[in-house]
Amino acid sequence: MATLKQNKALRWLTENPIWGFCALIFVFFSLSNEFFFDVNNFQNILVQTSTIGLIALGMTLVMINGNIDLSVGAVVALAASLMVDLQSWSAFENWGNWQMLPALIVALAAGTALGALNGIIVWKTGVDAFIVTLGAMLGVRGLVFVYTEEQSFFAMNFTFSDLGMSSIGPMPALAILFLVATVLVHILLSRTVHGRNTYAVGGNREAAVNAGIRVGPHMVVNFMIVGFFAALAGVTLSSQMGASTPNLGREYELWVITAVVLGGTKLAGGAGNIIGTFGGVLAIGILRNGMNLMQVPAFYVLVIMGSILIAVLILDKQLTRKGVEALRT
Amino acid sequence: MTETNQTPALRLEGIVKTFPGVRALDGVDLEVRAGEVHALLGENGAGKSTLMKVLAGMHQPNEGRIFLEGREVQMANPMDAKAQGVVLIHQELSLCDGLSVAENVYLGELPYSRWGFVDWSTLHAKTNEILKKLNCNFDARTRVSDLSIARQQMVEIARALTVDAKVVVFDEPTASLTDAEKVVLFDVIRDLRDRGAGIVYISHRMDEIFALSDRLSVLRDGSYRGTKVTAETNEDEVTQMMIGRSLTHEKNVSTVEPGAIALEVRGLSCGKLFKDVSFEVRRGEVVGFYGLVGAGRTKIAETLFGLRRPSGGTILLDGEEVSISGPVDAISRGISLVPESRKEQGLVLGMSCRDNMTLPQIGDLTTGPFVSNGAEISIYDQYRDRLDIRSPSWRQAVGNLSGGNQQKIVIGKWLAMKPQVLIVDEPTRGIDVGAKGEIHKLIRDLASQGYAVIVISSEMPEVLHVSDRVIAMYSGEIIRSFGVGEVTEDSLIQAISGIRPEKAA
Repeated sequence: MATLKQNKALRWLTENPIWGFCALIFVFFSLSNEFFFDVNNFQNILVQTSTIGLIALGMTLVMINGNIDLSVGAVVALAASLMVDLQSWSAFENWGNWQMLPALIVALAAGTALGALNGIIVWKTGVDAFIVTLGAMLGVRGLVFVYTEEQSFFAMNFTFSDLGMSSIGPMPALAILFLVATVLVHILLSRTVHGRNTYAVGGNREAAVNAGIRVGPHMVVNFMIVGFFAALAGVTLSSQMGASTPNLGREYELWVITAVVLGGTKLAGGAGNIIGTFGGVLAIGILRNGMNLMQVPAFYVLVIMGSILIAVLILDKQLTRKGVEALRT
Repeated sequence: MTETNQTPALRLEGIVKTFPGVRALDGVDLEVRAGEVHALLGENGAGKSTLMKVLAGMHQPNEGRIFLEGREVQMANPMDAKAQGVVLIHQELSLCDGLSVAENVYLGELPYSRWGFVDWSTLHAKTNEILKKLNCNFDARTRVSDLSIARQQMVEIARALTVDAKVVVFDEPTASLTDAEKVVLFDVIRDLRDRGAGIVYISHRMDEIFALSDRLSVLRDGSYRGTKVTAETNEDEVTQMMIGRSLTHEKNVSTVEPGAIALEVRGLSCGKLFKDVSFEVRRGEVVGFYGLVGAGRTKIAETLFGLRRPSGGTILLDGEEVSISGPVDAISRGISLVPESRKEQGLVLGMSCRDNMTLPQIGDLTTGPFVSNGAEISIYDQYRDRLDIRSPSWRQAVGNLSGGNQQKIVIGKWLAMKPQVLIVDEPTRGIDVGAKGEIHKLIRDLASQGYAVIVISSEMPEVLHVSDRVIAMYSGEIIRSFGVGEVTEDSLIQAISGIRPEKAA
């Protein structure tokens, strides 16, 4: 029985190699830097990765569907700007701290609505999600500049920026938010009908259609989920900074996709899971944090991260290949 | 069997379906009774699959009516058809690799409790019940990507049993099954029939149709040619209805003395896939490889074609030891492989007939820096005539052709490479009888012209008919090699089941 258990663990690791990699870099930084192995630092990593992590949760669903959403970075900026700007509107002057509520609702609704728009265009026109959301990425970013008139907004209500730094018990609030969202999306993907259909739609679209799954609306829902999480990430990011800038969230789409792909989700769709995505997010977080502590210059950090992304994917390919017996390509 | 005047389970009346430029179905009638297996025959392109897609709601007919148990119905989509009790089991697998067996079986109608959570215990219990009926020895939790093709086919069939099916359509269900697995499938079909379902069974294989069906209907060129009671007809009559002429089944007589050894393999192994495989193929000879799916036949072919790296053993071409580094190397040494799955491995479906055929040699067909149109077309014309490829023009995308014509394109492609050793993997899978005979004849012709030919097939009649020698494989090993005249069906079945001939003292 012991071997069976071992095999199961081994199989799990070959299916989620990113966790092996996480453990590896975790040990490496723990040994090579005295400040790394510290509960406060771990909380730090969770807070630092929560922005990308939240978006990555939604992106996993969209990518398992066989789609992609490049507009998330722009949505982050839009949601952050709405969040910070709306709460200082004079209409809500007498609302006290409740003035944040309409801003929050509008910010999240805007992200969700843009996700729905992306999804509906993909569904109704059949244009590739890559192109549709590429357009949305440019267009929404433009909208942000129009809306903000190229200005940064600062939150006048300090409660707002305190929220981003607050803790619930011993844990930072943002870390808890990220962990709770991870568990929820994991349950959504692995336990619910919608989640299982996500795999079917990405794995074999025709089979899904023939089985009566309404593929179009299904994809719209997933685009709405990623839009919602992008907006939520914008809100938490602006709360951490107490401000928003129109350039917020640039290249986030690329970091998110990196995390999701590191987590084992296939670009072609049909495979992937939240546990892997969480590992991918953590891997990026640990690398950034660890190299930061070791005072690696920022540009080298990018070079190293890029190399590691490719190296991990090559390793993954080698692990999933069935040894010498595999077909040559 | 008593004639009853009960309302038929299914009646199709004057179904017309047109596609741009093609009248695929031209007023087809069909009547299937409850509790019968009704075979549907016709050459490739005769409209069988189109008819069934109309029935299953994947196409809407332009004219005509569909009656289920005497009640006129309309099938808006596949789900609608299934809900009304019409289930189509597809010719090609349509499963999702990443999901479990149970999820595939209940795809689109997963049982759920509150909040949309999948009710796993119900799902697995129901699926296991179905799998038990089908004698499948795998669990509902197994991931589909871990199953063999044959088992995946069983999953496909399991889908039909999720509803109380009134009409079940099997579209060439045995295409990827071996003889042993067919027996199980036939039991399942008979069981469904005995429970009162009307079965429509589409197949190109006469032996199956005569073993299984109660009545049969024939389509030709999109129109209905008549219905017969199976017991009162014979193969010749049916073939005539299908192709409008009778087919002569001449037994293979080896006319050419085999020449020198073209290909010899000694102790070839590749990891766990196959081990210690030795055989030889002479010029002018057809060697048949027979065995269960997964016995390692295709893997050997892929190794010879340089797609897999052997872990041991030697390959000799014309007596000279070679190491084949890849397909390019294999082609230049005169080895060609017609792969088993034409859609995935053999063709670029979106490209024209001509471009597919000249694909491996396009680098040589040039005038200056440009591809020579004329040379390409002349190659296409030559093999179109030789193989009787029916396509409106060379511009036609291969994906629009019928299965038989597609296979001819693949074979033509490799013949155009003028190979010394031709390996053909499942040459007639999903191909109608007329084209089958032509391809068998073609393979014989090639051998008599001095090519060394290896045929891999899961169909016993095909292996026996076409090959000079038969090599039986079981689980990655050669169990026995049969020479001309010494092979019998019994001994062959024993060999592929792993029973070795008793060693003569």
